[in-house]
Amino acid sequence: MSPLQIKKGSSKHSAYNLRPTFSDVQETHTITVLVENEPGVLARVIGLFSGRGYNIDSLTVAEVDHEGHLSRITIVTTGTPQVIEQIKAQLGRIVSVRDVHDLTAEGSSVERELALLKVAGAGEKRVEALRLADIFRAQVVDSTLESFVFQLTGTPDKIDAFAELMRPLGLVQVARTGVAALARGAA
Amino acid sequence: MTRQMTGAKMVVQALKDQGVDTVFGYPGGAMLPIYDEIFQQNDIRHILVRHEQAAIHAAEGYARSTGKPGVALVTSGPGATNAVTGLTDALLDSIPIVVLSGQVPTFMIGSDAFQEADTVGITRPCTKHNWLVKETDKLSSVIHQAFHVATSGRPGPVLIDIPKDVQFATGDYTAKPQAPVGHYQPQVKGDIETITQLVEAIEKAERPVFYTGGGVINSGPAASQLLREIVEATGFPITSTLMGLGAYPASGKSWLGMLGMHGLYEANLAMHGCDLMINIGARFDDRITGRLDAFSPKSKKAHIDIDPSSINKVIKADMPIVGDVGHVLEDVLKIWKARGRKVNREAIAKWWQQIEEWKKVDCLTYKGSETVIKPQYALQRLEALTKGRDRYITTEVGQHQMWAAQYLGFEDPNRWMTSGGLGTMGYGFPASVGVQVAHPEALVINVAGEASWLMNMQEMGTAVQFNLPVKQFILNNERLGMVRQWQQLLHGERYSQSWSEALPDFVKLAEAFGAKGIICKDPADLDDAIMEMLDHDGPVIFDCLVEKHENCFPMIPSGEPHNKMLLGDAQATNAIAGKGAVLV
Repeated sequence: MSPLQIKKGSSKHSAYNLRPTFSDVQETHTITVLVENEPGVLARVIGLFSGRGYNIDSLTVAEVDHEGHLSRITIVTTGTPQVIEQIKAQLGRIVSVRDVHDLTAEGSSVERELALLKVAGAGEKRVEALRLADIFRAQVVDSTLESFVFQLTGTPDKIDAFAELMRPLGLVQVARTGVAALARGAA
Repeated sequence: MTRQMTGAKMVVQALKDQGVDTVFGYPGGAMLPIYDEIFQQNDIRHILVRHEQAAIHAAEGYARSTGKPGVALVTSGPGATNAVTGLTDALLDSIPIVVLSGQVPTFMIGSDAFQEADTVGITRPCTKHNWLVKETDKLSSVIHQAFHVATSGRPGPVLIDIPKDVQFATGDYTAKPQAPVGHYQPQVKGDIETITQLVEAIEKAERPVFYTGGGVINSGPAASQLLREIVEATGFPITSTLMGLGAYPASGKSWLGMLGMHGLYEANLAMHGCDLMINIGARFDDRITGRLDAFSPKSKKAHIDIDPSSINKVIKADMPIVGDVGHVLEDVLKIWKARGRKVNREAIAKWWQQIEEWKKVDCLTYKGSETVIKPQYALQRLEALTKGRDRYITTEVGQHQMWAAQYLGFEDPNRWMTSGGLGTMGYGFPASVGVQVAHPEALVINVAGEASWLMNMQEMGTAVQFNLPVKQFILNNERLGMVRQWQQLLHGERYSQSWSEALPDFVKLAEAFGAKGIICKDPADLDDAIMEMLDHDGPVIFDCLVEKHENCFPMIPSGEPHNKMLLGDAQATNAIAGKGAVLV
């Protein structure tokens, strides 16, 4: 088996197994970590990233199983293949971590993020903002005569694109949840 | 069946259930209920240290010399913060330690109370795991779980923070068999497919080398036995890291000596020139590898480690095997024997011829002296006069540590306690205290430098109070020898702050504590002085005045590969330059 411990055919990247472990190419991976929901567990995970100099592009955390005391932490991180493998191995050795999955490497997954965007403006710009929001299927969740708050759900790319379009139309503030992700399929 | 008792009583009961016979500690306000329970029983011996850092190092010494977890008690606030160095030391050297710390009562946590510190926050990055126990009902099961975590998989230090009100309150005691160990169950058996690949590589290898580390010792005496068997059966040469000394006997015929920055010439060149490197329980530390892009360029590398994060961390493993050294070696031997015990005898014999050529360099020779004691000579005499005795060696950190690793021979595991990963000055003396407590009849020697030794010299009080006949063998060069050596190599002999102008009279110091002091400065007197130290039934400070500007060789200058070793003073001044200068 390859040192990456990935089954053949389990990856949408057909040449994934062929990449060199010690390549310099920066890759972005979505890693999902199931942890025991106990005090300090988030600090353990974050402390690992800061202590060892890894990047966090986005992070979400919430309890997913109240009775089982389990939380899911979804981390989007960037690094060389070797760093990504280290991150997974290091996460795996935290005692409160139940399991670690690299959604990017293990096959197709769905990723969603929720964003709230406040756009202020009048006249033509206001109409244009509303029109674009419709195209992006963003919902208006608050409105005054001078502003809207849009709610948008989608991939981080889609939210980036929408925010970019809103900028010239009077974007005031953005709040984003970070990525939540799950592998596709029944398992 | 559950029993009701106070949290403090639970602590003592749980320690007894875990088979703990000795704890090292220092009391304080937030630990008083537990200390009151310690007072009212006789099963667990409490060794009162003089500083919490020493409690942890003593527990480490106890753990490393027995293979059992070491236990330390410290109070809240400064007690816990003083433990941080020891915890980090144990984390980097993978030593199983259970530390119980007092905490201010739960209702005062977060109020900046007297002697309050965020102990679990501070110790989170320097423990394998830690717990703040806020309910007495959970205390006993957490303690049992803590022992499980500390000793399973890659061992390490754990800490349990216990608020004072939790110690006073009454709750249900959970006995060890009923306590849930949790989901932490590291993999111990290696992947058979990869092990078979390794066996195939062993059969074909022309220039193989075993590179072993502390993982062999941590895996237990059986792992060392298996290692000896496989080395003898294959006839492959073996070298070891600082942490792994003793797993294979120094008198064994395949022994090359320690490798790495101050390792032996033949060991490092064997690593550089091998075609099969079998890493058993070592982690490609930077003291070992030197320059990474020139590290053992022609070899296939097998890496056996119980911690998956060690694999491919710095060096790419061609045959990664995650598992416990003992279990994996057992499988390697089984498969290798079943396939007919094949090795390439002819090529191995040629490889040994090459190694014998390297050995002729005799890299540990030094210029002797009739007037001054050379530190290497002092260690050679110590070795000669203690060989064959039931001997345990601890060290501080610096030149003396490297010389001890080079000139002392270790025949068995668990006989050599040194701060490898963290390089903690002040480790050796308290560690020797812990070793002596565990082995009251044995000869325990701390090979020290005077600067390191002064960092935890207060432990003379502990040694005298508990009649621990630890021998403090101080190679006194009145310098921070290794710092001074680097200043010579890197900073044009500008010896910034690397000498001590006001050293104590060590003989008087020993006497002030009620111990024996010996001073020796003439090589002609050395043997008698060492014998006097060995014959004295009690703690001894041996002040061995040695050559002040002796350098430790061989040395791979930082930023250089294994085949660019410095062998002597002629090459030393300003030898570190360029990219290597930023490395430590």
